[in-house]
Amino acid sequence: MTMQAEASAEVFSAQVRETKPGLFRRYPQLTISPAILVILLAGWWLTCHVFGAPSYVVPAPEDVWRALINGLARAPWDSGGYWFHAGITVWEALLGFIIGSAAGAVLGFALSHWPLLGRSWYPYIVGFQSLPKVALAPLMVVWFGFGLEGKVFITAVITFFPVLVNAMAGYQSVEPDRIELARSCNASEWHLLTKIIFPSCMPFLFAGLSVASVLAILGAVVGEFVGAKSGLGMLLMQYDQQMELAPLFAVILLLALIGFSMNHAIGLLERRYCFWAQRAAAART
Amino acid sequence: MKQVLAAAPQASIASASPLIVARGLCKTYAAGDSSTVALKELDFTIYDGEFVSVVGQSGCGKSTLLKILAGLLPFTAGTVQLNGVPLRGPSKEAAVVFQSPVLLPWRTVLENVLLPIEFRRLPRSQYRESALDLLAMTGLRDFADRYPYELSGGMQQRAAIVRALVQDPKLLLMDEPFGALDAMTREQMNLELMRIWSRSRKTVFFITHSIAEAIFLSDRVIAMTTRPGRIADIIDIDLPRPRDLSVINTDRFGRYAARLRTLLDAHGGLS
Repeated sequence: MTMQAEASAEVFSAQVRETKPGLFRRYPQLTISPAILVILLAGWWLTCHVFGAPSYVVPAPEDVWRALINGLARAPWDSGGYWFHAGITVWEALLGFIIGSAAGAVLGFALSHWPLLGRSWYPYIVGFQSLPKVALAPLMVVWFGFGLEGKVFITAVITFFPVLVNAMAGYQSVEPDRIELARSCNASEWHLLTKIIFPSCMPFLFAGLSVASVLAILGAVVGEFVGAKSGLGMLLMQYDQQMELAPLFAVILLLALIGFSMNHAIGLLERRYCFWAQRAAAART
Repeated sequence: MKQVLAAAPQASIASASPLIVARGLCKTYAAGDSSTVALKELDFTIYDGEFVSVVGQSGCGKSTLLKILAGLLPFTAGTVQLNGVPLRGPSKEAAVVFQSPVLLPWRTVLENVLLPIEFRRLPRSQYRESALDLLAMTGLRDFADRYPYELSGGMQQRAAIVRALVQDPKLLLMDEPFGALDAMTREQMNLELMRIWSRSRKTVFFITHSIAEAIFLSDRVIAMTTRPGRIADIIDIDLPRPRDLSVINTDRFGRYAARLRTLLDAHGGLS
């Protein structure tokens, strides 16, 4: 009996003993992630050169790389290069993102702060939210023409909802104790909003902004698909029609990079202004 | 361990002026057609500098009573006077300590402590020194610039007490402030609170469901019944101060505990 107990204790302690995690476990982003990239690139290369996929279906990685370098070698004001078009797309996405998310945050707070307003508008918000916003893109050419405004509009509409929904969720999840604390100190309505409610909502707001930052690029590109004279989305359509797949891939890579950077920028802002909270809510769109 | 407490001259109740006077205090919650009587005709007086606890089972309305005194909840009938003035909404003479510390995670401890000062639009710079002094008194001076998540549960609740004290209120309303702490920390916090109380001479209205905690801390204990919440009896705790934890093992302490237990069992009944 005691022997058994001792034996099992030994097994137990063996299991509990701390082992130093290996290099792979500690820094997967520096070891495993690059390895995945190498494997993907190798797969790509093999597809083109060994399995013989035609270049008009899958361009070779080195061709894509060359197209990317060529496009980036041009000056920013040269409409034949990528910088020019990327600049326009980023500008559209950024403007739309700022307008859409600001409107979403303000309206989200307003609808939560005045429950009558919130309850009466809610069915329309839900209805509009379930509409695929991309479907509005053709309309915006009619309204705004081929210029900047239309792309900013569609981006703003797309980024509006995740921020609105998260702002409302944030407002409703403010701990009642925090509000009672403020009220017990005779806090004004303004102080209650600025010192308790807004900061409490920050984690939710950032979850919404994070989703919106990725959707912003989508909005700008879709806007350019429908009709534009410049921008990366317009380039995509152009290369597609000319069957130039290598530069098409290069532009897709650029878009991925831009989306990643915008999302990363939001992440940095969150770490700066919301360091005290883990991301509170999973992003909802 | 800080077993020996600072000398706390017991306020002579006869000479002290009444701070809270409640007469015929009633609270009814209306929900649709039905209504629930939470508090029924409470009469009590609490004097300046007193430490008064309210014990009762959950659902006896003791938290409702505290919220009424804090001005956070309207009452249905009766009168309540705070410092000679009829109670209408939150008073600047009263500060609340909640069951959870309710520290704002984006503010440092010092900024949290100064929050009521900002709410009341008082000059922050004037209260900074006294806030730091209070933090020093509760052993939190070195944590003034830390964030709440860097503090233990007991330290957080001490910061919450300092936040209440910084407004220099006459009355401290405490709603089971140590209920969420483990037994050992709770004893420490009780000693700490005694020490703070004996130095600051605030009037404390303390809600708890622990009979021992109520007796250990209080000058008087209000025993409440359940549904509707009524005062079963108010018991004077005549134990010498300063008190240390050994007082819990004395016969007199045991007799008080037995009496309160009987009161609470007779009215409402522990199942």
